[in-house]
Amino acid sequence: MLSLAFSMVLYGLLAKAEFLGSTDGMSISPSTLFGLELTRQYLFFLITFFVICAAVSIQAYLRSTLGHLTTAIQDNEIRVEFLGFSVQKAIHIKYVISACLAGGAGGLMAASLGQVDPDSMVNWNVSGELVFITIMSGWGNILAPFIGAIIFEFIRTYAFEWAPQAWAAIVGGTLLAIIFFFPGGIWSIIEKVFNYGKKKDVK
Amino acid sequence: MSSNIVLKASELNKSFSGIVAAKDINVSINQGEIIGIIGANGAGKTVFVNMITGYLKPTSGKIEFMGSDITGIEPRKATHIGLCRSFQISQVFMTMTVKQNLMIAMSLAKKSGKTLLDPIEDESISKECDTILKLYKILDQKDNIVSTLSQGIRKLLDIAMAVVGNPKVILLDEPTSGVSVEEKFGIMDIVIAALKQTETSVLFVEHDMEIVERYVDRVIAFYQGEIICDAPPKKALSDKKVIEYVLGH
Repeated sequence: MLSLAFSMVLYGLLAKAEFLGSTDGMSISPSTLFGLELTRQYLFFLITFFVICAAVSIQAYLRSTLGHLTTAIQDNEIRVEFLGFSVQKAIHIKYVISACLAGGAGGLMAASLGQVDPDSMVNWNVSGELVFITIMSGWGNILAPFIGAIIFEFIRTYAFEWAPQAWAAIVGGTLLAIIFFFPGGIWSIIEKVFNYGKKKDVK
Repeated sequence: MSSNIVLKASELNKSFSGIVAAKDINVSINQGEIIGIIGANGAGKTVFVNMITGYLKPTSGKIEFMGSDITGIEPRKATHIGLCRSFQISQVFMTMTVKQNLMIAMSLAKKSGKTLLDPIEDESISKECDTILKLYKILDQKDNIVSTLSQGIRKLLDIAMAVVGNPKVILLDEPTSGVSVEEKFGIMDIVIAALKQTETSVLFVEHDMEIVERYVDRVIAFYQGEIICDAPPKKALSDKKVIEYVLGH
C-alpha cells in the first residue's frame, strides 16, 4: 500500500511538472542501440531477448536459497532471523531486483510506445494491474506471471466488450473469486493437476 | 565431562517498565552439559533464554560466549557464533515440506555471499539433511507439508533446524510443551541422544519434572526473576525453596 501511495505522490508531481509535459507527458525520439536504429522489428527482438533473460534469471533465483527465503519469510520471519539471515536484507535484495526489472521494462515500454506520460507509467492503476496479475498468477514458477498476464488481458478485453459500464466490477469479482477459492493463484491449480497426474503415473 | 565454560552470564538484570523480570543472574555452562531450567510461569526462565539468544537485551550485566562478550548480540549473529535455540511454539515454515524446511536451514548454515544464489537442491546438502532427519527419526515425514503434521514432529523439526549449524550451545524452550504424554519421552530420547553425539551444551526450559529428573546434569530453578537453586537434579528437586516455590508442594 505504501508503494502505491508513493507512486501516486510521484504521479502528482509529474502531472504538475510542466517542463515534462504535465499529464500529456513527452515524446521519445527513436531509440538506437549501439548506433543501430530500433525499428519495430528490432524492438520486438530486443524486448523478447530482455524477457527471456529476465525469466531465466528469475527462475534461477527462485530455485536458489535466497529465492526460497521469499516463502520462508512469508511463513515465519522469526525463524529466518534465528537461522542466521537478516530478513531486512532479504527483502532489500528483492526490492532491488524488482526495481531493476521494473526500470528495464519501463525503458523498453517507452522505446516501444515512443511516448512517456504519468498515466501509463506511475498511475496506481498500472501498479494495481501488476498486483492483480501477481495475485491471480500465484508464485513458484516464472511461467505463472506470463499465464496470468494473458488471462488478465483476456478477461479485461472481453469484460469491456460485453459490459462497458461494469467491466471493472467483473475484473474485481474475478480477483476476489481467485483469492477465496484459489489463494495460491492459477499456478497452484496447474501444480495440483500436474501432481495428480504424477501420482496417477506412480500407481 | 570437561569443565570448559562455553557460556557465562554475570549479574544479568532485565526489567520491563520497572517490573523486574530477571535479577542478578549468574550462570556458567560447561561444554556438553545438559541443564534444566525450571520455575513457575512468569519466574523469568524464558526471559533468561531470550537474553542469552539476543531476542531481549539485558538492562544490565554481561553474557560471555567462549570468552567473548556477546551482551545484546542480534539473534542472527548469535546463530553464527554457535548459539542456537528452539521455541516454545515451534517456529517452522508451515507451508513447506519437512525436507524443504531443513534444506533452507542447512543452506543458510553452509552458504554465504554469492553461493546463496546457487540452487538449493544440492546433492551433498540433501544427503546431510536426510542424515539429520534420520537421526531425529522424521525421515519418513520428509515430503509432508509441516502444517499437516503433529506437534511432536514439528518440535523435532524445530530442534533439527536449530542444530544444523553445529552449535556449541542450544537453548530449548519447553521442548515437550504441546506434545502428548506418549510422545514426550520418545522425543527427548531422540533429541538428547542426537545432541550428546556432538557434545553440544543444552539448556532447556521445562515444566515436566519427570523429564528434568531423567535427562539433566544440573537444574537451575527460577523464582520471581532470581535463581533460587543451582544443583544436580536430585539435590535441586528436594531443595526446600524449590519444593515451595516451583513444585508447589
